[in-house]
Amino acid sequence: MTTTTTTEVAGEAAKAGMPQLDFSTFPNQIFWLLVTLTVIYLVLSRVALPRIGGTIANRKGTITADLSAAEELKQKAVAAEAAYNEALANARSEAAKIIAAAKADIQADLAKAGAKADAEIAAKAAESSKRIDEIKQGAVAAVETVAKDTAAELVGALGGKADAAAISAAVAARLKG
Amino acid sequence: MEGNIAAMGQFIGAGLAAIGSGAAAIGVGHVAGNFLAGALRNPSAAGSQTATLFIGLAFAEALGIFSFLVALLLMFAV
Amino acid sequence: MTKRTTDVAGEAHSEGGLVFHPLDQFKVTPLFGDGPVEWYTITNVTLWMALAALVITLVFAVGSRGRALVPSRLQSVGEMAYGFIHNMIEEVAGHDGVKYFPIIMTLFLFILSANFLGLIPMSFTPTSHIAVSAVLGFGVFFFVTLLGLYKHGLHFLGMFWMSDAPLVLRPIIAIIEVISYFVRPVSHSIRLAGNIMAGHAVIKVFAGFAAIAAISPVSVLAITAIYGLEVLVAFIQAYVFTILTCVYLKDALHPGH
Repeated sequence: MTTTTTTEVAGEAAKAGMPQLDFSTFPNQIFWLLVTLTVIYLVLSRVALPRIGGTIANRKGTITADLSAAEELKQKAVAAEAAYNEALANARSEAAKIIAAAKADIQADLAKAGAKADAEIAAKAAESSKRIDEIKQGAVAAVETVAKDTAAELVGALGGKADAAAISAAVAARLKG
Repeated sequence: MEGNIAAMGQFIGAGLAAIGSGAAAIGVGHVAGNFLAGALRNPSAAGSQTATLFIGLAFAEALGIFSFLVALLLMFAV
Repeated sequence: MTKRTTDVAGEAHSEGGLVFHPLDQFKVTPLFGDGPVEWYTITNVTLWMALAALVITLVFAVGSRGRALVPSRLQSVGEMAYGFIHNMIEEVAGHDGVKYFPIIMTLFLFILSANFLGLIPMSFTPTSHIAVSAVLGFGVFFFVTLLGLYKHGLHFLGMFWMSDAPLVLRPIIAIIEVISYFVRPVSHSIRLAGNIMAGHAVIKVFAGFAAIAAISPVSVLAITAIYGLEVLVAFIQAYVFTILTCVYLKDALHPGH
């Protein structure tokens, strides 16, 4: 083997060997790599990343705002419910008060009417008893007269002479007894 | 077949270097297996350690790749 | 191709027409014409990187155009990626790392889209090349190191000096720390390129087996399974590259812990 063939063989082996170790292509690859990286870097840092970051921040802001709005609405709903409950309780107590008042009124009226009726009844009863008494008196007097008359008649009929005073005394005694 | 001792040496050397790839496989298996054992014992901490797992895998694998590279160099470049 | 007989690797011919060209898919070729690859030549690298940039522009710039409160599909994809990386930076690098969000997002999206576009059959994957991933990895390394030095001055070097270690061990630990610090960009870039290259090469090897009728069903099944794995790897490598960038950024912003 001459030197030329050796180098030729070696060169050919390198060419046929790993393309990764073919140093003649290195400048080309490095140049285009740098160009590509620069392009990608510019695209990303100038256009894409600020845009995407902005979108994400925007979305986060919107979500936060929406969440706080929802929270606010929820608070409002809770407040409204509380107000409603309070109003309901107020109405209930109002109604209870009204009912109590009405009850008291009715009770008072009832008591008044009852008392009036009692008084009337009592008056009527008193009048009645007075009349009964009168009638009784009248009846007693009539009975006495009748008894005296009857006694006098009886005495007369029996042939006696009726002493009016004695008869009336006897009748009175008899009536008393 | 004509004997060429240099070529034979290349092939034997490449084969020997390829053993390193298998050794790296053992290492990678160790890393992954131990990670899994730890992760099953404490699953809540596993998520935060995946980055460490990959770094460990990469270091273990890099050495296997070195031996693979040596094998390739012996085969194709020497 | 046929005249090269000493080439053991590029074409491992064997009987039965079994041909493996697992690495041919990584070849950089000019799109127009057949000339040499100069630094300005429009190659398949250019095409697929441009497609990646186009996809990113489409999803992120055009997709987010509506700024809708209730996002469209494309828009929510963009927002998901935005939130994903944003959270990652905040979690890993801390709150002051968010300033570098566009840079990290650029890295993540470029790697992710290049990886995924590379999964299209017959396509080219820029991230499988050491040149590309090394520029990314070393770019991150230099950026982070310079940022740390700028922010903390020589204090940044205190990262290597473990003040809570025993005094005797400190120099040794410091040496180890320095070495591991400088290995970072290497592993960072080779991890990406190696993973992607390995996956694509394995698929190609299985595709080579499909030429044998007896095992071609198995081969097709294996390709399907590995393709699924590659989809996962395409995402995970982008994720890992990004999260490691965040970790390095954290070291630059908060050295010492």
